[in-house]
Amino acid sequence: MTMAVELRAPRRLTAEDMVMRAAILALVAFLLLAIALPLATLLSKSFQDGEGRFVGLANYARYFSTPSLVTSLWNSFWVAALSTIIVVPLAFLYAYGLTRTRLRAKGFFLALAMLPLFAPSLLSAISLIYIFGNQGFLKSWLLGASVYGPIGIMLAQVFYCFPHALMILVTALSLADGRLYEAAEAMGTPRWRVFLTVTLPGVRYGLISAVFVVFTLVVTDFGIAKVIGGQFNVLATDAYKQVIGQQNFEMGAVVGFVLLVPAVIAFVLDRQMQRRQVALLSARAVPLEPRANAAKDWAFTAYCLGVGGLIAAVLGVAVWASFVTYWPYNLTLTLKNYNFGEFEPNGYGPYFASLQMAALAAIAGTAIVFTGAYLIEKGQGFPTGRAFAQLLAMLPMAVPGLVLGLGYVFFINAKWNPLGVLYGTIVLLAINSIAHFYTTAHVTAVTALKQIDNEFEAVSASLKVPFYRTFARVTVPICMPAILDIAVYMFVNALTTVSAVIFLYGAANKLASISVVHMDEAGATAAAAAMATLIVLTALAAKLLHLALDKLVFGKLQAWRKR
Amino acid sequence: MDQVVNRVDPAGAGAARPAASAAIHVRVEGVTKRFGAFAALDDVSLEVETGKLVCFLGPSGCGKTTLLRVIAGLEAQDAGRIEIAGRDVSRLPPSRRDFGIVFQSYALFPNLTVTQNVGYGLVNRRKSRTEIAARVTELLALVGLPEQEAKYPVQLSGGQQQRVALARALASSPSLLLLDEPLSALDARVRVRLRDEIKALQRRLGITTVMVTHDQEEALAMADRIVVMNRGRVEQVGPPADIYARPASAFVADFVGAMNMFEAVITGPGRVRVGPLELACDALGQRPPAQRVKLGLRPEEVRIRGVEPGAPNAIPVTVEQLDFLGAFCRATLRPQAAADLVLRSDFSANAMRDLGIKEGQTLTVGLPPEALRVFDAPTESGAGPGA
Repeated sequence: MTMAVELRAPRRLTAEDMVMRAAILALVAFLLLAIALPLATLLSKSFQDGEGRFVGLANYARYFSTPSLVTSLWNSFWVAALSTIIVVPLAFLYAYGLTRTRLRAKGFFLALAMLPLFAPSLLSAISLIYIFGNQGFLKSWLLGASVYGPIGIMLAQVFYCFPHALMILVTALSLADGRLYEAAEAMGTPRWRVFLTVTLPGVRYGLISAVFVVFTLVVTDFGIAKVIGGQFNVLATDAYKQVIGQQNFEMGAVVGFVLLVPAVIAFVLDRQMQRRQVALLSARAVPLEPRANAAKDWAFTAYCLGVGGLIAAVLGVAVWASFVTYWPYNLTLTLKNYNFGEFEPNGYGPYFASLQMAALAAIAGTAIVFTGAYLIEKGQGFPTGRAFAQLLAMLPMAVPGLVLGLGYVFFINAKWNPLGVLYGTIVLLAINSIAHFYTTAHVTAVTALKQIDNEFEAVSASLKVPFYRTFARVTVPICMPAILDIAVYMFVNALTTVSAVIFLYGAANKLASISVVHMDEAGATAAAAAMATLIVLTALAAKLLHLALDKLVFGKLQAWRKR
Repeated sequence: MDQVVNRVDPAGAGAARPAASAAIHVRVEGVTKRFGAFAALDDVSLEVETGKLVCFLGPSGCGKTTLLRVIAGLEAQDAGRIEIAGRDVSRLPPSRRDFGIVFQSYALFPNLTVTQNVGYGLVNRRKSRTEIAARVTELLALVGLPEQEAKYPVQLSGGQQQRVALARALASSPSLLLLDEPLSALDARVRVRLRDEIKALQRRLGITTVMVTHDQEEALAMADRIVVMNRGRVEQVGPPADIYARPASAFVADFVGAMNMFEAVITGPGRVRVGPLELACDALGQRPPAQRVKLGLRPEEVRIRGVEPGAPNAIPVTVEQLDFLGAFCRATLRPQAAADLVLRSDFSANAMRDLGIKEGQTLTVGLPPEALRVFDAPTESGAGPGA
């Protein structure tokens, strides 16, 4: 062909294209400011001395030659390992009961196990103090061992991590090809062999993923170790002590990076596992219908009642204790522990600050996350910008809250940063929470958007309707259930989080979850339990409101979903 | 305009067209589109006449949908030029090109009613509500879907959804209608009915239409002109009857309709050898002896009645298998002199009955010398045009 090849000419940009590009740029800028730059500041801080001079690996060398810090590292490791070994099999059996048996009231049992998600992590630690602590009614069960230390941390972590492991394992166990089981049965394979050759290999990625997620949660959680750890030091409490106690920011940055290591490994492995897990199930797989088996069904009902009941009971003890006059000697009910003014200079202030912050994070966060996911997923043009935004959106999953919080402290307090005016404000706390929980919300939004016909944008372009109009009129209404999910997720997590915000709150707007830590530190355990109870009730109320709203959205407002 | 337009434009892109091409509505010149190393479109040029229905036909991955999307502006070409109604739109976004489009999935907005879907693009043009309502009613009557205005897409059948999508695409009276596999999501019966309706509607409105399909029957039944595509290139352009009767390449012959294909060697003027069989063939043209070619013969052209043994191209065969297909039978025949050759042939129900054909029986069939098509065997990359 002698045809002269025209060089690819860029398309002329319309006003609509400019709107799209500006929006993508704004998204990238937000993600850079809220996620990438704080982490970069933390990284550079760990290579500097107190005066900001570059000192290479000197801080790291000092870290690994300080015996107390290395002991914490080792403590964190073995406590996390043991907690994982306990919680994963427990959660596996529970998930098995929910997915592979004819257990009745599965929804109820799932809800029961999810309860810890609505509480700050340290609530289970407070409960364990009431049960096994110095005044605990079951103290004798520990045979003289103290609950303040590794035992308490591990017990509390089991409750806190249980729902996280359960969610992963339920997903893994629900993805089963019924035909594999039929084939195995047709060949006369004994049940135990089917379990070893079909069931376990089918969920191995889920199991590995659960192991890493739990391990990371334990290593990076701050609240539990703070409340029940006693003199037992772990990485998370070290970071707090270095930064808040000793104002040793450089060493805090080093600890932050050490914390980042297991989280990043867990993140990378989890991504790979997910890819393979999906590949395991061919498109023609037939869902597995568990068959009735009276003995098995009853055994699992008993097990789930036991474990689920224990979870509810442990959380219940803290709630109960918050209404008790003087644990455990005077069990008459009272509301005096809710009179926060006696324990906390701001009274109910922290609770309202938390409500305000969580609402802001839910509203602004949902808007940013969903619009951002739309731009990344359905946007036109600017492929590098969108790919970069996607990368930044996935980053927070690999960053523990404590590390992100440290990054924020260094970033916002840097002398060159004009955003320093935000320090200690509700806005900064909300931005931090949005960043902290960005990835899960983003993935939810992307999943919903992927289910929408890809040609909507093309159709609206052919009809000369700008993309933002179709976004508002079609995309958002269709995705309303996912949007509500994201909003509630943001609200509940912003309400219950401790680890990221502990470095960031200002005197005027201490959050409820931090107030729990402080009241507990000051010995006002009952008031701490009361504040934590208030958080749980608010989070549960948000969830119930969500369920009601969902019904309304699916019912009246979205008649178009019904045939 | 039966030839693929591949001419060099000495005046360069953007030069004014001579008045003779006023009847051309869409002009595609040297369009190339790559996805990484894969060339989805490789220097494609063609023209669509005003008011005609043109089908892009080809197997999946041949580039037909990509070409449609490039014309629409939904994909940007790497090189080449697109002209719609005499206007160079190569660098314009879809919203600045004048077309309506129907996708395979219909892409109806599920949360909007039929009325809202059809009127979606009209609302934006600042028309009054009564004007829009009147236009929507008119469009729904046009596509044969009255009194469904208040329903949501999910409450409609596949065929009805298709009509709504069509009405929406026609709402703003575009000069060009693009249809991307519009019928492939429907079941066979509805497909045939809608095929006729779309064709009738297109005739009535006189709207220039480009339709993408992988279904050769659909293309043959609907198109004024078919563009057969393969591996990002145009193989042949022409009216359906021409494409079927005179395929320009072995690929077209094989893809449009069924075709027996044989490897053959030219042995002399008008003579070829297929395996051990010596055959007469009228279409050899100027090809020299000893050249390798491909011979094609449509199954319905295998002659069964009045074939004398010893007549030209009469060969004794064994009936190996008979597949009953309703109005006719497809027979698998094996020449007795060439056990590794298979000849497929269609016998009418009449012939079956009259001749009492059964599996295992021997027959003498004729391969008419004038019906044998000759294609140059691919020597380098890509087959050259046939005789």
